[in-house]
Amino acid sequence: MTRRRVVVTGLGATTPLGGDVSSTWEALLAGKSGVRKLEDEWAQEFSVTFAARVAVEPSEVMERVEMRRLDRSEQFAMIASREAWKDAGSPDIDKERLGVVIASGIGGVITMLDQYDTLKEKGARFVSPHTVPMLMPNGPAANVGLELQARAGVHTPVSACASGAEAAGYALEMIRNNRADIVVTGGVEAAIHALPMAGFASMKALSTRNDDPAKASRPYDKDRDGFVLGEGGGVLVFEELEHAKARGAKIYAEVMGQGLTSDGYHIAAPDPDGSGVTRAVKLALEDAGIPLSEIVHLNAHATSTPAGDVAEANALTNALGSDISHVAVSATKSMTGHLLGGAGAIESIFCVLAMYHHKAPPTINIENLDEAVTVDVVRDVPRDLPQGSIACLNDSFGFGGHNVVLVFRSYEG
Amino acid sequence: MALTVEVVLEGIKEIVVEVAGIDAGIIAMDKKFTDDLDVDSLSMVEVVVAAEEKFGVKIPDEEVTKMATVGDAVNFIVANGK
Repeated sequence: MTRRRVVVTGLGATTPLGGDVSSTWEALLAGKSGVRKLEDEWAQEFSVTFAARVAVEPSEVMERVEMRRLDRSEQFAMIASREAWKDAGSPDIDKERLGVVIASGIGGVITMLDQYDTLKEKGARFVSPHTVPMLMPNGPAANVGLELQARAGVHTPVSACASGAEAAGYALEMIRNNRADIVVTGGVEAAIHALPMAGFASMKALSTRNDDPAKASRPYDKDRDGFVLGEGGGVLVFEELEHAKARGAKIYAEVMGQGLTSDGYHIAAPDPDGSGVTRAVKLALEDAGIPLSEIVHLNAHATSTPAGDVAEANALTNALGSDISHVAVSATKSMTGHLLGGAGAIESIFCVLAMYHHKAPPTINIENLDEAVTVDVVRDVPRDLPQGSIACLNDSFGFGGHNVVLVFRSYEG
Repeated sequence: MALTVEVVLEGIKEIVVEVAGIDAGIIAMDKKFTDDLDVDSLSMVEVVVAAEEKFGVKIPDEEVTKMATVGDAVNFIVANGK
């Protein structure tokens, strides 16, 4: 029996660059930064006073009553999934063949901390009855599943900053394994709050370029000094190819494969020899079953940390060998900041659009390219990709040593 | 301010509008929280806590389970308020 093929038929997002996919993609191609100084009172005395908040506040597009029952991460999931579902043409589907896989790295941390404040200041009786459904990490997936009445299964993989990509891989397998014909998948994060910021800052993981926030996220630059925390999310509609064709759906790209490994090295630091990443790339390419010559683009994890960016670039070179020479590498976190559990999802969307438009987005803020970086980085302006059948990789890594690599390919009909 | 039926009904209306986001105009003594006003069991907890704070009255859990309509809540608060 031939394997069931999976294509992307809908996209939705709310990011630091825009309130939807088209505005985000436009800003991305224009090389705009979504990083800004935080106005929050708590941030003013912090060692890091900036982050990448969403460009459009949920309150601008969501009813107040719905908002108060949803954690901010759940609000992002609802906004992005509504756009994606509409973009897919609101398909008429047997709900037992519809799944949802939406991840989050941290879950409803803002709700948890706000309600803990309430507990301490006013007492247990004043803690909201919505607290638990709002803070649970599966809340974003559960709320989207509820709205769409999805009954094939609603899931939430959690693997820190690889969560969004792992969700897409899970969705791919749900359709391949014939559990579902459509799966709404993605990742979200809403963790711009004093405690997570303080925790990341304490690890020395965050950039402290307080005097120039828009230039702080600078993957591959010699003077990169850490990542910039971002928020938001992305959602993609994955659909079995024949199902999509039968209803005349617009097909953005094909989801070709995934590779998953773990480092077994350190809870937070990347393995300097990058063998886990190398293996994940090889597994993903094997799963995809396409010639290496077709890989023309890669959306890198590249968070702008001193250790991570180079380890990743070396691992990719080890995996692809001489074929790395025709891969245009983009580090879009230079513009969006790092959305943690949302990163793999929005970057999958960027990959899908890169395949659809045959265009790789730029990497901004590289003033002096780190000499240790030998991959071909797309700098400052977008680059046209070859016509014809092309493919790309999206790699994501998470604290804990999780490595996820996805392969997308242009759909030529 | 004395806790008359009119005063408490106005207060309950404000709370239900905040919690359930429905038009204040449809909230009346005979309306059922669950069936008519979209106040589910979790949101009912919010209404009760807000009402306790607003009117300085304690509403025991066993009383909450008996409050089907807005009138049930208003009458309890009027009878038990200070």
